[in-house]
Amino acid sequence: MTVEATAAPILRIDHVMKRFGGLVAVDDVTFDVKRGEIFALIGPNGAGKTTLFNGITGIFPPTGGRIIFDGREITGAKPHQVASFGIARTFQNIRLFEYMSSLDNVRLGQHCRMHAKLWDSLFKTPAEHREEQRVTERAIELLQFVGIERHTHTYARNLPYGSQRRLEIARALATNPSLLLLDEPAAGFTPQEKVELMGLVHKIVDQGITVFLIEHDMKVVMGVSRRIVVLDHGEKIAEGTPDEVRRDKRVIEAYLGTQH
Amino acid sequence: MSRLMASIRSTWEHDPRKDPNELVYVLLGIGALVFPLAVQVATRGSGSFLISQAADAGVYVLLAIGLNVVVGFAGLLDLGYAAFFAIGAYTYAFVASDHTEFTPIHQAIHIPFWIALLVGMFAAAGAGAVLGAPTLRLRGDYLAIVTLGFGEIVPRLFRNLGDWTSGVNGISALDTPTLPVWLNGPWSGDSLQLVQNFKIIDPLAYYVIMVILVAICIVLVSNLRRSRLGRAWMAVREDEVAAAAMGVNTVGVKLLAFSIGAAFSGFAGTFYGAKLSLVSPENFGFTVSITILIMVVLGGMGNIPGVIVGSLLIYYVIFNVLPGLPNMAADFANSIGAPGLNTPSGEYPGLSGEVQRLKFLIFGLILVLTMLLRPQGLIPSRQRAEELQKGVHEDTVIEDLNAETT
Ligand SMILES: Nc1ncnc2c1ncn2[C@@H]1O[C@H](COP(=O)(O)OP(=O)(O)OP(=O)(O)O)[C@@H](O)[C@H]1O
Ligand SMILES: [Mg+2]
Repeated sequence: MTVEATAAPILRIDHVMKRFGGLVAVDDVTFDVKRGEIFALIGPNGAGKTTLFNGITGIFPPTGGRIIFDGREITGAKPHQVASFGIARTFQNIRLFEYMSSLDNVRLGQHCRMHAKLWDSLFKTPAEHREEQRVTERAIELLQFVGIERHTHTYARNLPYGSQRRLEIARALATNPSLLLLDEPAAGFTPQEKVELMGLVHKIVDQGITVFLIEHDMKVVMGVSRRIVVLDHGEKIAEGTPDEVRRDKRVIEAYLGTQH
Repeated sequence: MSRLMASIRSTWEHDPRKDPNELVYVLLGIGALVFPLAVQVATRGSGSFLISQAADAGVYVLLAIGLNVVVGFAGLLDLGYAAFFAIGAYTYAFVASDHTEFTPIHQAIHIPFWIALLVGMFAAAGAGAVLGAPTLRLRGDYLAIVTLGFGEIVPRLFRNLGDWTSGVNGISALDTPTLPVWLNGPWSGDSLQLVQNFKIIDPLAYYVIMVILVAICIVLVSNLRRSRLGRAWMAVREDEVAAAAMGVNTVGVKLLAFSIGAAFSGFAGTFYGAKLSLVSPENFGFTVSITILIMVVLGGMGNIPGVIVGSLLIYYVIFNVLPGLPNMAADFANSIGAPGLNTPSGEYPGLSGEVQRLKFLIFGLILVLTMLLRPQGLIPSRQRAEELQKGVHEDTVIEDLNAETT
């Protein structure tokens, strides 16, 4: 169903560390994400999952280790550079541009793929006009793709919760990524909505985009991912297929230990 | 496919970033055309002073449009905006007068006004880039402090570098702008006396040039607002982290906003110096920076027509209403049959003296009242209006759902 994962990893996390003062949020974590797969990162609260995403996307650069994307080391790159290399993300606590329309949110996502210079913008050159038109068309396609085209002209903040999560995905896709990081995309969803969202994730992978998602709820992830990494207290405690992970002793402990 | 096309068409028609203010523009345009005529009729031909004042007001309109790019579009607080105004004006003094003959250069420079406008603009933009590059990497609050300091330092430099700027005396006898010689028309003869030997003398000529410059600037800034860059500014203003993660070079676009704002200030400063034919370090203090900021905020941050109306209104209040207030108060006391109020006694300087003393307090009260009644500004952008509604609408839905998951 999905594009076959090829041998060369698209993302390599190599002994990555992240300290916040005395706290080690990510502790010497190593794994690969293969091209074309749906890869999942799970773990209890505070395990360091979001911190790892922040490290990959340059928001809080790691304090140790290397991150290699598409064969190139991107450790310490600025967030906008990471985006232009082809890694897009969504945020666990939705970070849309609330007072911009859905359309503008998605158009903004295309910023780093646009060519208009200051001069073009000042004088509305024909090239700029064409580019804006193209970007608008693409934005509407993406809104249709995630299924929220009826909210095209609504301010992002006025969208229903589920549509906001979808808009964030559309905005991330607008950067034309080859790797999409989703931080708990189904958080707060009903089981029905979760199923629909996983359908969307499959549609994204079918377009040749690798999806790397964080999920809190182990059950959701079991259905979509072939490979899973489990973090606990910043450490990688397991890696493997859903079945292997489910039977892993440390995973069971970690989950039972936090879920009282 | 046709659904997509229809969808795109409606986008171009209902773009929320489109100024919903065509009416304001039309009224401003008509006002600008009718104003000189109306003034001449009302004053029976002796309205030059008012027209000249209107051209000066235009300088503030330019300044406000420029500061709006920085504060309204990009959300950067610039408290030293007048510094760039000073740089523009002094640039004109240097490149278009005999002054440099008396500086260590020993050589007068006379660049035509039209080119000097660009020189002043780029000088200020350059200063903006130099100041912004290190500062804009830091958190937003630092910019306010650094610009505040810059705004204090620049006029002081011009005052204290006596060898170069003749200090407190300022620089006078700046070149009178000339029309480009190739630009022939009724004004090139003496009959109209607007322009003699291509020199621009009549206030009306300054007024016309100012209206044209403002119109050009409105078009350019509106274009910016509706471009890739305008969108990036808006995004950075709302959420810098998200904007960066979506591929916006946040430092870069903020620096552009800051420099473009500075360019406007320099441009306006050049015009100001040329029209006044004089620059002095006293004209560019903190009060100027704050006045422009008030114009932007009171008019409606982020919205160009709002900012224009705000600047015209504030200019009118500061330069016409407030100076006339003491006399108005005295006349009022007489007309209500209480001339006794006007007699000074002891500490009391008479009503007009008292009003003179309190006029900036009155100005402050007007500002406070306006902002209380209309916090979004007189003619706000749709976004600002919505943002200020934030407390009214319910945000809790989203927050509750987030809480559930953690
Ligand atoms: N900016 C920061 N400064 C200090 N500590 C931080 C910061 N960000 C995260 N942490 C800490 O790092 C640890 C890991 O947090 P992180 O958000 O990565 O967890 P998570 O696995 O995403 O958890 P959740 O499932 O709750 O989202 C936590 O103890 C958190 O308090
Ligand atoms: Mg998290």
